[in-house]
Amino acid sequence: MPIDVINLSHSYKTGTPFEHKVLFDVNLHISDGEFVGLIGPTRSGKTTLAQYLNALYIPRQGRVLIDNENTADKKADLVSIRHRVGYVFQNPEYQLFAPTVGEDIAFGPINQNLPQEEIDRLVKGSMEMVGLDFNTFCHRDIFALSGGQKRRAAIAGVLACRPKVLVLDDITSGLDPRGREEIMKVVKDLHLSQNITILFISNSMDEVALLARRLLVMDNGKIIMDGPTREVFARTEKLRSIGLELPEISIIIDSLQSAGFNLPRGILTVDEAISEIAAALHLREGHQ
Amino acid sequence: MEKIIETSALTYAYRAGSSKEVRALQNINMAVHKGEILAITGQNGSGKSTLARHFNGLLTPTSGRVLVNGLSTDDRNNIGEIRKKVGMVFQNPDNQLVSSIVEEDIAFGPENLGLPQSEIIERVDWALHILNLEELRRETPHNLSAGQKQQVAIAGVLAMKPECIILDEPTAHLDPRGRREVLESSLRLNREEGITLVLLTHFMNEVIHCSRMLIMDSGTVKVEGSPREVFLQGDEQIEKLKQMGLDYPVASRLAAGLNREGFNLPSDIIHHEEFIASLCQLTS
Repeated sequence: MPIDVINLSHSYKTGTPFEHKVLFDVNLHISDGEFVGLIGPTRSGKTTLAQYLNALYIPRQGRVLIDNENTADKKADLVSIRHRVGYVFQNPEYQLFAPTVGEDIAFGPINQNLPQEEIDRLVKGSMEMVGLDFNTFCHRDIFALSGGQKRRAAIAGVLACRPKVLVLDDITSGLDPRGREEIMKVVKDLHLSQNITILFISNSMDEVALLARRLLVMDNGKIIMDGPTREVFARTEKLRSIGLELPEISIIIDSLQSAGFNLPRGILTVDEAISEIAAALHLREGHQ
Repeated sequence: MEKIIETSALTYAYRAGSSKEVRALQNINMAVHKGEILAITGQNGSGKSTLARHFNGLLTPTSGRVLVNGLSTDDRNNIGEIRKKVGMVFQNPDNQLVSSIVEEDIAFGPENLGLPQSEIIERVDWALHILNLEELRRETPHNLSAGQKQQVAIAGVLAMKPECIILDEPTAHLDPRGRREVLESSLRLNREEGITLVLLTHFMNEVIHCSRMLIMDSGTVKVEGSPREVFLQGDEQIEKLKQMGLDYPVASRLAAGLNREGFNLPSDIIHHEEFIASLCQLTS
């Protein structure tokens, strides 16, 4: 299900003296099955752009096409678009409102007037996809969940609407390292096994480095970089100039390169780094 | 070592005495020493914030005792004095800024202490200066970046001239620049102004800059020591931290990985610089 954003601009408080432009002529194409990361400083327009993708905003300037359907078209079925493009907000545990996990996840399917059997199947399937065992968690009190479990329950609630695209808006912030790892694994699995297209917005350079193949960088309401993740993170100076950073591993590799180690560019994981550094060290030993 | 905060047999339960009682802290004996930066880490729900809220009397023990400069938080008459000594900054800066102008926001605390106008102005100037926020003094908080807002929140606490500031995951929602700015400002407050800091965080790259750390698990303090001691490599220690859901700092993970490949790097590396220096030494 392709997504196209064409010449999209957005202002808050349009027509008042406080008008404030937050998106400038944004163009973006996301193909079916892509995993796209989106980074940018606070208030660069990430969330505003993302909210156009499931028709929470309807364009006044520019166009947004979801599966070739224009969200501004009077005949567009916005409810169906919102089911197909699932949106998980920052602090998604605030989205949970039912007393138990199962009831919360069933909310979407119930509103689609699906038969009970189908609802049960969707709830069970969604819980499995996020690694929450149905028998253990279905009747569990929402408040008895850990931070990471709450976020997974919130994702399951969105999955129960069978989205083809998931927009994940900074869903790991505030979690402990284990919680982050759990969520990242879930997201990766959804992409690989369910073939869901993912737009992953994050303030963690380390996370996007591990997950996204393609990376978008926003600054002041514009997409200023769009390319393979490794290539984007090779543009150190540009990223730092807008207040972003490299993944921590890349910072260390950079310093080693400056210290005279001959290492390839674009190393993004600890394991890659260990084997490349080991190889470089062996090479040096060989020369000595 | 002089103790600013000391807990003895501190136990706390939410909804204590009811059928829905939840034990959040169990028999905690710990102290915050004057001048140190103490990191408190541990999984979500391990009791970090509950413990920190005892440090300035936002919560009081179900049993046991918390002393701040020798004053018990149990006695309501002490609370005013305690909150002057121990300030607190929370995760979300938007929830703690109260005024529409930065300098007014920073003045809010000193005004409530009933200080004379000249003293308030002096303190606001001082707090703005220490945090390098002078240029923003007439800005509206909502025009600031999240990192700047968080620094304004810290300045507001600083203007109370506390001896100790508790920072409860101050960088959790910030972008990379914001995280760096807030961490650097905090470290500077300790280094240059001698303010004692307690930093609650999930980020190991923040923990390594602290002088001491506690790891909490299920309402108890499970590990205590300097970051270098805690992140010392050894199978047993690695397993222990893993069970508590914690990561090693990246430099430690790299060093450990290379040592598994047969290299011989020190087993107590935690900082980037140390890792790079030890590799250079290996090859020189």
